[in-house]
Amino acid sequence: MTTYFFADTAVLTGRTLRHVTRSVDTVITTVITPVAMMLMFVYVFGGAIDTGSVPYVNYMLPGILLITVASGISYTAYRLFTDMKGGIFERFRSMPIARSGVLWAHVLTSLVANLISLVIVVGVALLMGFRTGAGLPAWLAVAGILFLFTLALTWLAVIPGLSATSVEGAGAFAYPLVFLPFVSSAFVPTQTMPGPVRAFAEHQPVTSIVNTIRDLFAQRPVGDDIWTALAWCAGTLVAAYVLAMATYRRKVA
Amino acid sequence: MTTRSTAHPAIRVRGLEKSYGKREVLRGVDFDVARGSIFALLGSNGAGKTTIVRILATLLKANAGTAGVHGFDVAAQPANVRESLSLTGQFAAVDEILSGRENLVLVARLRHLKDPGAVADDLLGRFSLTEAGSRKVSTYSGGMRRRLDIAMSLVGDPPVIFLDEPTTGLDPEARIEVWRAVKELAGSGTTVLLTTQYLDEAEQLADRIAILHQGRIIANGTLAELKRLFPPATVEYVEKQPTLEEIFLAIIGGDNSDAADTEHLGGQG
Repeated sequence: MTTYFFADTAVLTGRTLRHVTRSVDTVITTVITPVAMMLMFVYVFGGAIDTGSVPYVNYMLPGILLITVASGISYTAYRLFTDMKGGIFERFRSMPIARSGVLWAHVLTSLVANLISLVIVVGVALLMGFRTGAGLPAWLAVAGILFLFTLALTWLAVIPGLSATSVEGAGAFAYPLVFLPFVSSAFVPTQTMPGPVRAFAEHQPVTSIVNTIRDLFAQRPVGDDIWTALAWCAGTLVAAYVLAMATYRRKVA
Repeated sequence: MTTRSTAHPAIRVRGLEKSYGKREVLRGVDFDVARGSIFALLGSNGAGKTTIVRILATLLKANAGTAGVHGFDVAAQPANVRESLSLTGQFAAVDEILSGRENLVLVARLRHLKDPGAVADDLLGRFSLTEAGSRKVSTYSGGMRRRLDIAMSLVGDPPVIFLDEPTTGLDPEARIEVWRAVKELAGSGTTVLLTTQYLDEAEQLADRIAILHQGRIIANGTLAELKRLFPPATVEYVEKQPTLEEIFLAIIGGDNSDAADTEHLGGQG
């Protein structure tokens, strides 16, 4: 049975990818929020925010990228939820296929869908004046961190996708994730925040990830932030994966 | 496929028990389904029909008892069981976003068949879906969806097929379409386990009928045998025609107080 794991997962991933390409609206709605925020922040609020010599669009792009992923994974939960409710999940599970392939197909599709959204958002940022002298290694490092972040949040999205009782519930978990970057170094320097807020902002996962990506784009040495960022991503990934698999076993037992 | 391997029945269930918490759904279910026959599990909502199907399809574990499909034990050899059966669940398990043909190709690929496209085209033809084959399933009618659903279960010619309430929610025309498909199936030697809450459906399709009530099989036999078992118990279903009064009340709806007032005034005048 396991000999077919890769073949089955590839077939199932092809199916969910078609869901993405045939409902382009899901890609557009994923991208529209971060792009709108980018426009607001750069052309409305940005002028009042002091980020020193750094152009504001360069400053806030890392945070916008994280928001893009956070809103993208709510569709991962939605797609999984629809499969669970519609009965096709049961059909797959009653077939002689590698059962874990059903989940992996959704995870791989989520990675691809988010990659598409991220590329679009970076493209819009370039049009808005985002510039970086980062070379290939720095771009690869940014891609690697975003990959790990997306993978961690995707497994997190699997949990509501499997256990939600309504479509709204399946997508709602993403809202706090979308707003987390606002209380971080993503849009304003944390030094301007009052004590407790600043303490939270400086110790929550988004800040270290944002700082790392920002440094990579600005060709600065990344410092310790990268290790904090990687630890947060890896920790979230492991915890979410364990919880998601436990939910899966409970749901299908 | 139709060799003389009648040594074991296609489905064998012995002492099956299942409870969710304190709620006992199955309390010792026994039955056999002969190869190539249509067997109907008849019962009202909540009788445990779907629970039996889910246990047989390896989606659910029983608390006690044994169940075998095509000679394989569902608990010990789930992989072999899944090779031998196909499940058509209560809700049409089709992919709405794919076309009908793509749905069939998908299942054929997952069953690792040689020529998925040819398998799909053949089944589209058998279920009169050739014209609709390239259309998105979300544009299909309920009956077409069900037919596609059953066609998907036939990919790879599994020897045993479970149909869990295949006509629930369908209009009369679509029901007849599905019945025709099921009869064709049995004609080709496939064993069919059918669950239904419709008496006429069991009567139309099944070689044998088992009545499941409160987690137990309380009767099991051919229609003729069941009729012989309970000669005096002729249950008649009579359509109750509404009286004109009921129609009147339904039409005026919530305006009862108005009606009463008018009547009162009318009485005075």
